[in-house]
Amino acid sequence: MTTPLLSVKNLRVTFRIDRKNTFEALKGVSFDVMPNETVALVGESGSGKSVTSLAILGLLPKENAKVDAGSRIDFDGKNLLSLSKSEIRELRGDKISMIFQEPMSSLNPVFTVGYQIKEVLKEHKNLTGDAAQKRAIALLKEVGIPSAEERIDYYPHQMSGGQQQRVMIAMAIACEPKLLIADEPTTALDVTIQKQILDLIAEIQKKHGMSVLFITHDLAVVGDIADRVVVMRSGDIKEQGTTKEVFANPKDDYTKALLSCRPVVDSRPKRLPVIEDFMAGRAEAMRLEQRSRGVKESDPIVLEVKGLAKDFYSRDGLFGKKTFHAAKDVSFKLRRGKTLGLVGESGSGKTTVGLTVMRLHDATHGEAWFDGKNIFAMSEKEFLPYKKRIQIVFQNPYASLNPRFTVGQILMEPMIIHNIGKDGADRSKMAFELLSKVGLPEMSFYKYPHEFSGGQRQRIAIARCLTMKPDILICDESVSALDVSVQAQVLNLLQDLQDEFGLSYIFISHDLAVVKYMSDEVMVMSNGEVVEHRDSDALYAAPQHDYTRKLLDSIPKGLHA
Amino acid sequence: MNTAVMNPSIGIERSPGLWSLAWKRLIADKIAVISLAIVILFLSLALASFVGLIAKGWNNEVGVNYAPPTWFKGSAPTEDLSKKQAVNPTGPSLDTGLAKPEFVNDRDPLRETVNELKQQLGQSAGANSVDEIKIVDPLADVIAELKKKLGRVGDEGEKETESTRLQTLAFGADKWGRSVFDKVVKGSETSITVGFAAAIVATLIGTFLGALAGYYGGKVDDALNWFYSIFNSIPYILLVLAIAAVLNKKGILTVVLILGLTGWASIFRVVRAEYIKHKARDYVRAANAIGASHSRRMFVHIFPNISHVVLVQLSLYVVIFIKSEVILSYLGFGVGVDTVSWGSMLNEAQNELILGYWWQLGAATLFMAILVTAFSLFTDALRDALDPKLK
Repeated sequence: MTTPLLSVKNLRVTFRIDRKNTFEALKGVSFDVMPNETVALVGESGSGKSVTSLAILGLLPKENAKVDAGSRIDFDGKNLLSLSKSEIRELRGDKISMIFQEPMSSLNPVFTVGYQIKEVLKEHKNLTGDAAQKRAIALLKEVGIPSAEERIDYYPHQMSGGQQQRVMIAMAIACEPKLLIADEPTTALDVTIQKQILDLIAEIQKKHGMSVLFITHDLAVVGDIADRVVVMRSGDIKEQGTTKEVFANPKDDYTKALLSCRPVVDSRPKRLPVIEDFMAGRAEAMRLEQRSRGVKESDPIVLEVKGLAKDFYSRDGLFGKKTFHAAKDVSFKLRRGKTLGLVGESGSGKTTVGLTVMRLHDATHGEAWFDGKNIFAMSEKEFLPYKKRIQIVFQNPYASLNPRFTVGQILMEPMIIHNIGKDGADRSKMAFELLSKVGLPEMSFYKYPHEFSGGQRQRIAIARCLTMKPDILICDESVSALDVSVQAQVLNLLQDLQDEFGLSYIFISHDLAVVKYMSDEVMVMSNGEVVEHRDSDALYAAPQHDYTRKLLDSIPKGLHA
Repeated sequence: MNTAVMNPSIGIERSPGLWSLAWKRLIADKIAVISLAIVILFLSLALASFVGLIAKGWNNEVGVNYAPPTWFKGSAPTEDLSKKQAVNPTGPSLDTGLAKPEFVNDRDPLRETVNELKQQLGQSAGANSVDEIKIVDPLADVIAELKKKLGRVGDEGEKETESTRLQTLAFGADKWGRSVFDKVVKGSETSITVGFAAAIVATLIGTFLGALAGYYGGKVDDALNWFYSIFNSIPYILLVLAIAAVLNKKGILTVVLILGLTGWASIFRVVRAEYIKHKARDYVRAANAIGASHSRRMFVHIFPNISHVVLVQLSLYVVIFIKSEVILSYLGFGVGVDTVSWGSMLNEAQNELILGYWWQLGAATLFMAILVTAFSLFTDALRDALDPKLK
């Protein structure tokens, strides 16, 4: 067997939080990356996967990070940890390069993409002028940018997210590195683009014979491209092995949980198993208990939307107006206790529909019949009593809670506005009940949002909606920002609440598997239009529209087919 | 929301809010603590002077005219003059606002003659009475009357001042022999009052208008921006003159109003920008979703999230307005002659400098520099402490 290209041995990294406290981010991590091999480093937030990649590149913050003396990172015969700053810089971009999660923020917006690629070439390969230009065009062609000769002079904002990520890849492979570190390269991208980028990385890896260290939180993504998988949790390696082994026969409970707490398209258990279930060994039983979904004509209708359209205007010149049709002629019926899934890529208008239904946007056209009245035709004042009956849970749990309010204040505010509860004591009692309902300790009442994790914050946001006892809950990408295991917990919570209160959900997501799991009916949107709208099982079993088929094909299957 | 007491069953361990965390960060910063201490010192100085504990008699002439600072006795140009002026009767100050007559030539040949005559008659010199003077000066009656009309009370006053006036003072004396130290303390009361009051006025106006413009956007924003631009297009001094003319009264209140009404523009822009940023945030949309009214979203939800910006801006304003007050008073638009401020001291110093009497300028500058520097450093530290990197 050949010697590994990169060998991480017993890597320990400690962060100093303040004078007294330290935090051990990596507790002795060891793994190898062979030449010409793709290794996936998988773990949820806080697992230490990003710290590992930063340590390899020598990018750990000097002032508060300490690497243990016994750690070694051998790359190509050199211990990276003992190299000087300038030696490491020589390596970075040349022998080891990296692509980041956010292509929009990793590219410099004031330089053309060509300039940025040529800068790398000049720095490491001493290529300038025509030679650099030619090489840059060749690179852009290689990463699949159409009419590269022209696009080389584009600025980053003139390209789409997928193209920007391609440019990042072009920059990363410009110097033919031996090792490419890809840190969540597809997380910020739409599902169809994600597939293209994954294919591109795999193709380039084969062609150039380089090694790839692929860092991701989503185990399913790596199934197609990784040779080996390393599963991390809280600074430890839980399991490592070939992809086939790990997927087919996971040994560690945590790996098992990661593999199955993500909803899949072909199975719909009553509740999603979460990590605790695996630890307690009751996950197998849960997987068998299936839930049936779908709507019948006899189900009572809560909300009927007819011909909803929403235009946005932007200024064009001094007096001109540009119209953008965010949603065109959307009609649907929402039935009591049922979930309507809304799927589409970014810019498809799915969020616009959600926000317009609850009048956070004014509809340009259309009607929404709720409780026998057209809520789009009401004045702001008339609508107020209905407002509490349609509620929304936003995508980003870090942004949707006022950071200056305690959780208690957050929960009691809607009650004060809508006169729910007799007095302060009554309201705080209800708030405590809701906290326990969404699975948060009573102590939370006195805390501020920043003291909670993403999943807990989303529970708080859900509890806030429940204070008003809504009929309809709009979940706008409510679980998209969460780790898979936390996502499963929140989805279970939403299920439980629907069972208990008979809530109707409008479930908006770009993740088809999650939508399939949650929804009775699914509406697929593209460019502001509904392209397909059917019972979820029927839609997933036999998609009618090309676009739906394309979306379904892009779902990462988890393992080589 | 006094809910903390509602549920005694659980151990209440309150989480520190933004302000207590910021305070902790602030007092961990040495520079912040030192500058805060200096600012507090100045504030207590101003307060003490306001209630009359110190510098009450700033308007009394306690020293000789242009008495030099104590540690500066040897100063050549003043020695001669101050001795001469020690016998110069100036009497208690005038409250009429009239310029005080200056007696540069203070030798009174008349009195000397009288004393000589008295000595010849075997009487003790120094006893004054108009009758005696009459012996040599038939017009003495008329002169005494005139003196009374001018508000000068006979010769008793003269004697008193002769005996109590000091040759030197801690910080020296001004033209009238008033203690520069007392003046500068009284001046800090004026300057600090003006600085804080004007900062609060400007902050209230700017924050309110900025919140309206940023939150509502559209036509409201356009109108307010239009107003603001026009306001800013008028030369500052012209605007100050106009407001001074409208108010038609000199005094602290006028200066506060002038500074407050002209100074709101910068906080308006900052607050407007913050509101534009925050109104699109999810937590504000969530507040809309639960039915919170516009004013509730503006002031209950968004305001606490930008209050640190307002506070820092307020603190900056205090520094700016203390300086502005000095400039206004220097130019003569500031406080009237019945009060003293650092600016009016600098104004007086302008004429004294040519004669070499620099201590009034020195004292006012030193005090202002210390306060402004300390306050600026404190503002910087405050901004760092409040920097809301919310976890």
